[in-house]
Amino acid sequence: MDKFTKLTGVAAPLPLINVDTDMIIPKQFLKTIKRTGLGKNLFHEMRYDHLDQEIEHFLLNKPAYRNAEILIAGENFGCGSSREHAPWALLDFGIRCVIAPSFADIFYNNCFKNGILPIVLPQDEVDKLMDDAERGANATVTVDLESQTITGPDGGTIGFEVDPFKRHCLLNGLDEIGLTMEKIHHVDRHEEHFAKHLPWH
Amino acid sequence: MTMAKTLYDKIWDAHLAHEEEDGTSLLYIDRHLVHEVTSPQAFEGLRMAGRPVRAPHKTIAVPDHNVPTTHGRHDPEQMPEDSRVQVAALDKNAKDFGIHYYPVSDVRQGIVHIVGPEQGWTLPGMTVVCGDSHTATHGAFGALAHGIGTSEVEHVLATQTLIQKKSKNMKVEITGKLRPGVTAKDITLSIIGKTGTAGGTGYVIEYCGEAIRDLSMEGRMTVCNMAIEGGARAGLIAPDEKTFEYVKGRPNAPDEEHWDKAMAWWKTLYSDDDAHWDKVVTIRGEDIAPVVTWGTSPEDVLPITDTVPAPEDFEGGKVEAARRSLDYMGLTPGTKLSEIEIDTVFIGSCTNGRIEDLRAAAEILRGKKIKDGLRAMVVPGSGLVRAQAEEEGLADVFKEAGFEWRLAGCSMCLAMNPDQLAPGERCAATSNRNFEGRQGRGGRTHLLSPAMAAAAAVTGRLTDVRELM
Repeated sequence: MDKFTKLTGVAAPLPLINVDTDMIIPKQFLKTIKRTGLGKNLFHEMRYDHLDQEIEHFLLNKPAYRNAEILIAGENFGCGSSREHAPWALLDFGIRCVIAPSFADIFYNNCFKNGILPIVLPQDEVDKLMDDAERGANATVTVDLESQTITGPDGGTIGFEVDPFKRHCLLNGLDEIGLTMEKIHHVDRHEEHFAKHLPWH
Repeated sequence: MTMAKTLYDKIWDAHLAHEEEDGTSLLYIDRHLVHEVTSPQAFEGLRMAGRPVRAPHKTIAVPDHNVPTTHGRHDPEQMPEDSRVQVAALDKNAKDFGIHYYPVSDVRQGIVHIVGPEQGWTLPGMTVVCGDSHTATHGAFGALAHGIGTSEVEHVLATQTLIQKKSKNMKVEITGKLRPGVTAKDITLSIIGKTGTAGGTGYVIEYCGEAIRDLSMEGRMTVCNMAIEGGARAGLIAPDEKTFEYVKGRPNAPDEEHWDKAMAWWKTLYSDDDAHWDKVVTIRGEDIAPVVTWGTSPEDVLPITDTVPAPEDFEGGKVEAARRSLDYMGLTPGTKLSEIEIDTVFIGSCTNGRIEDLRAAAEILRGKKIKDGLRAMVVPGSGLVRAQAEEEGLADVFKEAGFEWRLAGCSMCLAMNPDQLAPGERCAATSNRNFEGRQGRGGRTHLLSPAMAAAAAVTGRLTDVRELM
């Protein structure tokens, strides 16, 4: 997993609530056995028409946002299925950070496993960033995970909260399986305990 | 004195292998269910790192999302190339890593969340995970069950644990009795209608109250199945005599040697009277009506006797969301829900693909025909459900009414196989999601109970099932 330390990039505004994982990456693209190559189909049904031609007015088809690295969205972003293809598609497109008033639980966790930083902010802060993002490529946003701050195009800075363990893993690009393997003796002990007391488990 | 605990607290504590000072925990996983769509990258990760599956005997795989539900599907030629590759990958991974497997050719094959309980893999007090959000289904047994992403699938395969932080406790109580025509599906949709799709975010829900206790195990599975649609990490129901009765004698349930010991533990699995709840929601069972969804989020739900709402009826971001939903659904505010005409009926899914669901639908259909020109299909949740329905004569009822009688799989719930809606087609579906494009690009989904779906099939429009009872 790539580290996430500090990111300065174009922020794209998607002022929709309940953006679900079927919207982010529709099921016909889940038939892959790889993690890569999903970016071109990110938001497929909003982005392309029935003839697979780009829909001009969709956010990520506009010249200003084609290279967006940050997405600003409405509440409950990423609801629906557990498909990790959703963060894979975002990442493959180039999005490394999503900012919203709230996220669905599984999507939120999936982001951290892929070097994507999901940030929860109060609605009024998100609204302000949404306004900033409307200014397109002229308005870059800086997200600094080290200092836990977001700096807008006009220099204003706001702070954000993130779980310390998740932050640590992102900052260092750590593989969670590797971390757990270092503690596997706890699992051995737990299995011995279960074998004795709950042997059918 | 020990502190009063919720059921979730008790299961969590029993499975805590290790806890850091900041609360980051290693949670032990008892059952890992695996399907073909969210697992290939995880197995590939194991291979690349040279890691085995730590507990293959606790890992159960079944292909369900991709598989065709038409006859002759054992012929790989019937599957599109990309689906075939994914199913073949699961065949190989199951064999290479030595995990339990129900291939397409096995009569026990079906939707992973139907197969798990059916085969006795899901038991009270267990932790159950799967790379699928509807894993919440297994909470009906008083198991802590939730969906995970593919990275976590790999983590569980390698370590039999998950790195977790504990969620908060939420109690959803359904008091009193249900009225005639009201089912578990109406309960679970009505809860989401009240709490919203994010109302459960950060919580594990325990469903309780007389109306929940009165439900069968299958009804309880329907309720827990949609906990994720309410945003919750998991939904669960304390086990009782119905649970123990359901579990007893199933192929992977504790045998006689362990049964009494298991029962002794299972009987401690309830929330203590004075346990702490971070959030409580109470709904009177008598107030729940047969419901349908009108929009593109499961929270867009109303009694069938109601009318399509207007965007102005809502506040905040929901105004624009409702406008978008109505546009997508092709509906006009003020239209009676019972006047909405449909093209397709889908009965099946991990929400409503069990034998009682098929019985409830068949009860409405007996001796009747579906509306001319309608496409209707029943997709049993497993090969065993299908066999039982045939034995009970339900399959004949469906076929005589004009339904297609399919083989088991996820089918049109998420339309990854050939069972899909065409653009603009409108479907009455017993599944769990009405998202844009969920059942096929441009397809329009109305969620409802199996009995309501059967009623809609007869009249060709969304229908109050009580008129046909």
